[in-house]
Amino acid sequence: MSDSTPLLEVRDLAVHFHGRAGVARAVDGVSFTVGAGETVAIVGESGSGKSVTALALLRLIEPPGRIEPGSVIRFEGQDLLALADEPMRRLRGRRISMVFQEPMTALNPVFTVGDQVAEVARIHAGASRADAWARAVQMLAKTGIADADKRARDYPHQLSGGMRQRVLIAMALLMSPALVIADEPTTALDVTIQAQILDLLRTLQREAGSALLLITHDFGVVAEMAQRVLVMYGGQVVESAPVRELFASAAHPYTAGLLRAMPRMGARRERLEAIPGTVPPASAWPSGCRFRDRCPFAWDRCATEAPVPAEVAPGHVARCHLVSEPARRAAATTGATA
Amino acid sequence: MSGPAHPDVAPLVRARDLQRHFPVGGGLFRAPTGAIRAVDGVSLDIARGETLALVGESGSGKTTTGRLILHLDVPTGGTVHFDGTDLASLAPAPLRAMRRRMQLVFQDPFGSLNPRMTIGDTVKEGLLIHRLAEGAEADRRTRALLEEVGLRADWANRYPHEFSGGQRQRVGIARALSVGPDFVVLDEPVSALDVSVQAQVINLLMDLQKQRGLTYLFIAHDLSVVEHVADRVAVMYLGRIVELAPRDAIFAEPLHPYAQALRSAVPVADPTVRARRIVLAGEPPSPADPPTGCPFHPRCHHPARDESCARLVPPLEEKAPAHLVACHKQPPTTITWEAQQVAGATRQPERHLPVLALDARTD
Repeated sequence: MSDSTPLLEVRDLAVHFHGRAGVARAVDGVSFTVGAGETVAIVGESGSGKSVTALALLRLIEPPGRIEPGSVIRFEGQDLLALADEPMRRLRGRRISMVFQEPMTALNPVFTVGDQVAEVARIHAGASRADAWARAVQMLAKTGIADADKRARDYPHQLSGGMRQRVLIAMALLMSPALVIADEPTTALDVTIQAQILDLLRTLQREAGSALLLITHDFGVVAEMAQRVLVMYGGQVVESAPVRELFASAAHPYTAGLLRAMPRMGARRERLEAIPGTVPPASAWPSGCRFRDRCPFAWDRCATEAPVPAEVAPGHVARCHLVSEPARRAAATTGATA
Repeated sequence: MSGPAHPDVAPLVRARDLQRHFPVGGGLFRAPTGAIRAVDGVSLDIARGETLALVGESGSGKTTTGRLILHLDVPTGGTVHFDGTDLASLAPAPLRAMRRRMQLVFQDPFGSLNPRMTIGDTVKEGLLIHRLAEGAEADRRTRALLEEVGLRADWANRYPHEFSGGQRQRVGIARALSVGPDFVVLDEPVSALDVSVQAQVINLLMDLQKQRGLTYLFIAHDLSVVEHVADRVAVMYLGRIVELAPRDAIFAEPLHPYAQALRSAVPVADPTVRARRIVLAGEPPSPADPPTGCPFHPRCHHPARDESCARLVPPLEEKAPAHLVACHKQPPTTITWEAQQVAGATRQPERHLPVLALDARTD
């Protein structure tokens, strides 16, 4: 693989759910890349399509959901959507792994956590039972679990939420995969534990040289972890940029609105700036721009013409008509900061 | 918006030494073998018009405290006075009447509404139960309430599943307000909501407080939203309040080592820096088997922590005006050095104020 080829390339990814009531276009034309060792965050609210995107990368979409024809997922030079089931299964856990949000449901309650970590080594590295167990204990210790050889004999329910998340991280990183996908890995945890888990994820990722695709709703997590950010709304990437650029000069009104809606330290008893309205259902996106109903700057063009991704600056792309209308954009940004 | 509670004005809510111990073990013919001390000696006042935030992580007892204050759960010890009346002294009927003045908004806008009732009927129910209105008048007031919380009056005939999380939370707020309460316990009212909607609901709650002169107990699991809504903040750990202070004090200079860690865990939305966090050792202990002495001592980072912390239960005492902290290693303290030494102390108390610094992000 040459240096210019990204580790992961997603092009025109569409995942639609074909229900009796119609088609829900949960993910609709998503394109992005992740470089080797890079940390990319996909940030969005519920219904944005961020989690469905993550599941699609692992081909874990179940009917009535379907990855639509024309979608492209290339990973380490392979076309994942053309791969047979068996090689795909071998890929999962070995080259791409996933850390889920809710560690209680992601672990099997009837096996010890050591068995579950060891199973990864047995399946993907062909390790013997004893060897796999030793590697499991070693990996659990690396995630900061004290008395790992003893804890490995515990069942998931005997561990706290933070410990269970460490177990999932041990499973995900055991094979030093090229890509780790983490879907809201700290959302279910207490705040003082969240920071520990993020630190751990970052340390182990760096050690293994893995790329990290972090799915989150939390701009605090984005600011702390990501190098590049994709903001999703309505099943589409509405803005993507290097993390500093995004926080310093968000170009899409949705991104700017989310950043302003965040409660911030130091802002005392001020009104928060809310984004009016709610996310429409995936079966009923508005015509034109999907954010226009909630956008303070929308005009007629936004209803009739769907915006396409437009370059704001090198590496910074926004799906908004304002990008191509500098006069309006200037007026909108002054209005927003006034 | 009123400031902190004034000693010369009677508070609307006064809780003293509240306890809720749940028996564990035992069986039909066997005595319980122990107790989970979900709430273990909580005292607080809430002034009229004030918002007191009660912050703690899972298992800290914050939700149970809220329920005890409303007498939805009966304390195993301690008292709650509401507007001067001891709630334990009330017979069921007067207690129900009193409840009209104290309401609860739940965290989960999905589980807390009856899916078979229209939102109009849900909001109207309180009016009918408390005989505040009936017939066309009840309908009229229901529609007015829906509009007051930012919903459309003609949605009264719709069912909860037709609404988003934020809209359902508005229904829950309208239901609480329908009976005209003075005091509302908000149990993590925005934790389940998306960021853009969170802001809408917080603004609504603050507007309603201003318009109706409401008093809030705002329960939260972290400090990030609290700064926007609270006048004072109480931090709970393992069933006890470890720090209780005016909002500015707790954000600028938290004194309890646990509150310091909680403060340092607030995410910083700035990609050029990384917060220097206080990393706590270990995991929160179980309330069924709490540590002896100070409940926080096994995870504490205070440099003067010593043997006495495992033996003495530090009282919640004033370290600065209106700033209460339960830590005998943060001076001043009423626990004398002699008393600490008797309990095995080897290190003199000293002010520990870890710098909540930001480092430049280099990756």
